[in-house]
Amino acid sequence: MAGESWLTEFPKMSREGLLAIRKSLDATYRDFSREYGESIETIFDPLLTFLIWFEKLLLNTPWPLIIIAITALAYFASRSWKLSLGVIVSFLLIGYFGMWEDTMRTLSIITVCTMLSIALGIPVGIMMARSDRVQSTVTPMLDIMQTMPAFVYLIPVVMLLGIGRIPGVIAVVIYAIPPVIRLTNLGIRLVDREVLEAATSYGASPTQRLMGVQLPLAMPTIMAGINQTIMMSLAMVVIASMIGVKGLGQPVLKSITNQYFTLGLFNGLAIVALAIIFDRVSQAYAKRTQKHMEGTDHG
Amino acid sequence: MAEPLVRIKNLFKVFGDNPESVIPMVEAGQSKDEILAATGHTLGLQNINLDINKGEIFVIMGLSGSGKSTLIRHFNRLIDPTQGHIFVDGVDVMKFSARELQDFRRHKMSMVFQRFGLLPHHSVLENVGYGLSIQGLSKDKVKEKAMHWLDAVGLGGYEDQYPSQLSGGQQQRVGLARALCTDAEILLMDEAFSALDPLIRREMQDQLISLQHKLHKTIIFITHDLDEALRLGDKIAILRDGKLIQVGNPEDILLHPADDYVEAFVHDVNRTKVLTAAHVVNKTLLTLTGRTSPQQALEKIRERHADYACVLDGKSLKGIITLGEAERALSEGAGYIADYVSNVNCVPDSAELEALLPRLLVGKDDQPIGVTNEEGEFTGMVSRRRMAEFVS
Repeated sequence: MAGESWLTEFPKMSREGLLAIRKSLDATYRDFSREYGESIETIFDPLLTFLIWFEKLLLNTPWPLIIIAITALAYFASRSWKLSLGVIVSFLLIGYFGMWEDTMRTLSIITVCTMLSIALGIPVGIMMARSDRVQSTVTPMLDIMQTMPAFVYLIPVVMLLGIGRIPGVIAVVIYAIPPVIRLTNLGIRLVDREVLEAATSYGASPTQRLMGVQLPLAMPTIMAGINQTIMMSLAMVVIASMIGVKGLGQPVLKSITNQYFTLGLFNGLAIVALAIIFDRVSQAYAKRTQKHMEGTDHG
Repeated sequence: MAEPLVRIKNLFKVFGDNPESVIPMVEAGQSKDEILAATGHTLGLQNINLDINKGEIFVIMGLSGSGKSTLIRHFNRLIDPTQGHIFVDGVDVMKFSARELQDFRRHKMSMVFQRFGLLPHHSVLENVGYGLSIQGLSKDKVKEKAMHWLDAVGLGGYEDQYPSQLSGGQQQRVGLARALCTDAEILLMDEAFSALDPLIRREMQDQLISLQHKLHKTIIFITHDLDEALRLGDKIAILRDGKLIQVGNPEDILLHPADDYVEAFVHDVNRTKVLTAAHVVNKTLLTLTGRTSPQQALEKIRERHADYACVLDGKSLKGIITLGEAERALSEGAGYIADYVSNVNCVPDSAELEALLPRLLVGKDDQPIGVTNEEGEFTGMVSRRRMAEFVS
């Protein structure tokens, strides 16, 4: 019966039709990337220059200086000797096991990606918090960015910009930026209504409200977002290494294809060490600076 | 009558998607529930008209959901009305541009919040100076003024603490100091003391009253607590379901409630704490002087079917002469009643009935108490029977 085949087999598009869609989409995008690829690349030139400069800075500075600088940073952020000691030990081990250069490369790309995510994400989050319409358009985009497999959006980026650091940075930022946007939005929306009303009732301008009340009060939430963003960009370094981003990701990739368990484990552990250091230091910093905001209710 | 400082005229507030569309229904007199059922809009305030005079404490009281917090937010336009006008100093606040409104909020009105609304990331001193610092005053100037007001509310020495380190009462003092620091003429207080425990609340009320004696601000005070309203208010407006039911001075509300709702409200109020001797004093009394003859005194007392008469010495009370004493004076053939006058206790007319009551009860027989005004002049007497009429 004709009806049966209609029920058991989904009435799909013809092969020719699907092929036509694929062909035309691919062709359009290819033409687009051929046409504009170079000019888009030049837009990213300053970023690339900075990336290379920063990577060289980290690579060319003597290692003891770097360890001292990072430890000092960790100490001033967290005021914890234990944590600072942990930082020294981890970096010494990383260097001793021959991963110093890759770690520095990863560190540089993570730093740049995080700064970029913060610089783009916080303004977007603020706009979302200000308007429900912006929120309802940006939220599905964030959902796509977080769930779309990274490989899928790597394809057009690579087609457009080729292989290298910039596409890597773009891929990492796309993957890692949603938490900082979401939590900036959430943090601002959660600011106590009465505190904001108080600011308004004393004649604060919109800018004064944003800079003086909303952002500072949302800061613990925003910091949690930044923390997540750092974690996610670290997680992304392995995938980014597939499109030529040097660093700890490449040995991991190599060990997957060649089944080098120990190599993968060491580099993986180095990523974990970086992640833990970033996480603990940024959390300790956030906690220390927000101390007086906790427990407003004494009854 | 001088022009009121703040005047609210025909103010309506409707919450919902399309508030204006509901106004005709409101004007047609449909109730809050009918409108909610028909359109899904909530009627927040309907046809509010208020005049608030300079220098008075104007209390707006109502239970939760009566719209009182919505109403107070209209004064500085934290909430905009659906329809109506708000005049301050004769100027329509609704016509202000964003810039003018900002200026108006900075200089004309300040606000104290129920849950304090302090900035948790700023120190106490910075909180007090907040209003001035957003006006762009220099740091030293802000600090100087903030210190002054912090001292005025009794929190000197706490300037470097953070709000979370203070108790509720202290936090609200910071809130009050912040409101006073901008020298605004009008103070909006949204259930300012409701979140505090009763002892502290009483303390804060006293502090507000004593500050008001010095500062003579115009204070618009929101509360759900009738005792508080009666204690603080020069005038009280009672709000129910977004409608004003009664506006009057505390005695009006207490002694002549406008409807059953207000009546039920004032039912449980301890009147002895609210009313003073001035409220219960009986002024239409027979007064004699020490040089009245016993004959005359006796006649006048009998004429009134009274038990006694007051004897004055100039404008102050010398004492009373009872019917019995007057008869004795007559039988003993005295020329004047002066020697037969017995002393009575006197209280100022600001004395609370609570303080008056025990003195009336322990006095011998039905001895009344004299009442004097601020200058010590006699104004009238309070007897047990008179007191009973008011307290019951």
